Amino acid sequence: MGLSSDTTGGTQVISVHCDRIDAAMAIQFKEDMRTQTQSEAKRVVLDLSSVEFIDSSGLGAIVASMKQLGDGRRLDLAGLHPIVEKVFRLTRMDTVFRLFASLDDALAANAD
Amino acid sequence: MASNCKRDCLDLTFTATEAHASAGIATLSARLAERGLPASKSDDVKIALAEAINNVVEHAYAGVPPSDIQVNCCLCEDRLMIQITDSGNPMPGLHPPKGAPASVDTALQDLPEGGFGWFLIHQLASEIHYERQDGGNLLCLRFDFDEAV
Repeated sequence: MGLSSDTTGGTQVISVHCDRIDAAMAIQFKEDMRTQTQSEAKRVVLDLSSVEFIDSSGLGAIVASMKQLGDGRRLDLAGLHPIVEKVFRLTRMDTVFRLFASLDDALAANAD
Repeated sequence: MASNCKRDCLDLTFTATEAHASAGIATLSARLAERGLPASKSDDVKIALAEAINNVVEHAYAGVPPSDIQVNCCLCEDRLMIQITDSGNPMPGLHPPKGAPASVDTALQDLPEGGFGWFLIHQLASEIHYERQDGGNLLCLRFDFDEAV
């Protein structure tokens, strides 16, 4: 579904090249994230700046992606459009993930 | 109430598959924006509409060959009314689920990956109405605007 990855130090940035993560692509997204995150980087930042819409299936796929990382690794989210951030806020998933306004902000923040 | 409704309506019918629903939701969201759905409400409508349509695909047509979903949207000065009809299975208990989501205050591996759809619809729509009629489902969602269009 269009993910690209770039690892610098202990941080892996995965960029989503798709304008929506919804029910039609949630399973593929989860599988592609599993493939991309086999590098075992301690911190993964998911760049969502191209994603203009997400539904609860897409949200579930991002939650599943974090679970796949296992303990000791974390998934942070960057570049959320307002509607994407709203879905995280309404479901209180904004308390589970660290959300950054931009990829630069995410990279400027330390890993923990 | 009816007097201030311009009744600017649009209809879209598509097959109840995930791929057609994805395209249909995107089309409806774009057309509603073109017709002047207030920007302050547009995100709420997009989220709730997508969840309602996905529910039809996942639940109403579960175990039966997917047929059509028909969506009718009427934009008034102070509200948007959306009717979604399908010929699938009835809602359990003939009532829309309340949709209280699982808690996120839990260990990582216990975090919920679903069950948010009806919770989001209840949070975002001003009124929800469901009827079983003519062997199908009719779901009406109303969104009140803070300011008239």
